[in-house]
Amino acid sequence: MADTTTRAKARWGLLDLAVVVFALTPVLWIMSLSFKTPATLTDGKFIPREWTLENYRTIFATDQFVRALVNSIGIALIATTIAVVLGAMAAYAISRLDFPGKRLLIGVSLLIAMFPQVSLVSPLFEIERQLGLFDTWPGLILPYITFALPLAIYTLSAFFKQIPWDLEKAAKMDGATQAQAFRRVIAPLAAPGLFTTAILVFIFCWNDFLFAISLTSTERSRTVPVALSFFTGASQFEDPTGAICAAAVVITVPIILFVLFFQRRIVSGLTSGAVKG
Amino acid sequence: MSERSTPAGADVATDATRSGRSVAEPERRRGKAPLSENKRAERRLGWLLCAPAALVMLAVTAYPILYSVWLSLQRYDLRFPAEREFIGLQNYATVLTNEFWWTAFGVTMLITVVTVAVELVLGMGLALIMHRTLIGRGIVRTSALIPYGIVTVVAAFSWRYAWTPGTGYLANLFSDGAPLTERASSLAIIMLAEIWKTTPFMALLLMAGLALVPEDLLKAASTDGATAWQRFTKVMLPVMKPAILVALLFRTLDAFRVFDNIYVLTSGANETSSVSMIAYNNLIRGLNLGIGSTMSVLIFITVAIIAFVFVKLFGTAAPGSDDGERR
Repeated sequence: MADTTTRAKARWGLLDLAVVVFALTPVLWIMSLSFKTPATLTDGKFIPREWTLENYRTIFATDQFVRALVNSIGIALIATTIAVVLGAMAAYAISRLDFPGKRLLIGVSLLIAMFPQVSLVSPLFEIERQLGLFDTWPGLILPYITFALPLAIYTLSAFFKQIPWDLEKAAKMDGATQAQAFRRVIAPLAAPGLFTTAILVFIFCWNDFLFAISLTSTERSRTVPVALSFFTGASQFEDPTGAICAAAVVITVPIILFVLFFQRRIVSGLTSGAVKG
Repeated sequence: MSERSTPAGADVATDATRSGRSVAEPERRRGKAPLSENKRAERRLGWLLCAPAALVMLAVTAYPILYSVWLSLQRYDLRFPAEREFIGLQNYATVLTNEFWWTAFGVTMLITVVTVAVELVLGMGLALIMHRTLIGRGIVRTSALIPYGIVTVVAAFSWRYAWTPGTGYLANLFSDGAPLTERASSLAIIMLAEIWKTTPFMALLLMAGLALVPEDLLKAASTDGATAWQRFTKVMLPVMKPAILVALLFRTLDAFRVFDNIYVLTSGANETSSVSMIAYNNLIRGLNLGIGSTMSVLIFITVAIIAFVFVKLFGTAAPGSDDGERR
């Protein structure tokens, strides 16, 4: 018996290893490239023979990257905040209140979750040019909020359904209005769900490329994924590979940290809607 | 965008509310009586809380897509704004008789079908590993989440440099040539990048379904002498069917929008453009709003048809028993 469990464990161990290697190889590769010196960049080795931080120094010395990083962080944070607040309001109403039009709202958000984003690129390009939103932060924040909302509403509704609602009743019995009950009692209980949703929404905004490349034209609002595709290196004679990889690593680190620290929450957030609550 | 005008959405919505409805059931029964003050306040609060989200979503999707239809009926090239005029369906004729469009459409379909099929198999395997492994569950789940979380453009650059001759560790794997300069190998690499990036998402959705499989049912089957394969096909798959269909629907629609990987890996060279890619090119590089919008509308219609077929084929119950998209 003990022998079979050891063997089973070894088998699972091998499978685990395969998953880890499959998942991490591309990430380790781009990290490795980012630490290579220009001379060894094209040696085709997976592990750098000479290590350098020069690539990182280069990108942080250029306005091009720093500006894009500020844009990325600012736009993603603002969009996440707004999407989570609006999503929480709607999710509360969906999971707690009875009102006509609830199913319509759920239907609309489901449709938006399936919406082909490229279909919006042409009209938004034209509309934003007319409104003066083209190549501005709000010009990107608005579509991000829109496409993050279905995700926020679904994840938060699932979380809200697990909250002990009797507390709310107790608060109302003590004379709190529905709105007060929401603010004082339920919101603190919902904080973990809000946090998880915020991570998922942030990842979505951080990841976007299509809107960012179509609705911006200058460094004013270009985010890092777009800046990466325009990287040319410090001078036009320099190969930008090292710089691109360093910049790529910089925007990957926060995601890896999120995943490391909040793996359990992210998994439960992503799967919450899929199990009947 | 009402429920009625989009049958697919209506079916899905009906089912998506199922769990929500059970919560609201007692209140609804009371709702038959004349509305009390409390009831009215509840409705008002409900609308008030949902209004901002609903307004933003409609303002940024419904209005632009209608505007897109209007633009698609015009000759409108930003390089020649003076020639803007209403030309009816002429843009549609132009696009639908254009071989580049159909090549891109074929490429998109190919990528969609192949990646979703491979991802279903790999994702199922990954879901089983994440769900049942005896050791290192945390490590496996954490590493599986990394491809999900990482920026697609970053992953695409990693793949691009991996296959670049001289630089990459994979470049000489199959031949001495440059894999990203030939059509077949480019497409294969695009699909590889897509599969790497989105298999974990598929696996997470499937894992949610796996969690629903009753453990004692598996034990009972095992006592009755069912092999591992029989337990998988006869016990697990039927229970997981709704989760599988949801995962398939969302991944299919998502795969159909493939853009980032192609942009970074090939920029659409050697006939590897997807429909998103050529719509983008017509708009941003060609500045042709009329044609760009026409493609937007055509892509929207295609996606609507795919969603409709899914819901029709697999029955309305399918996507609803789970409710959602978590990207």
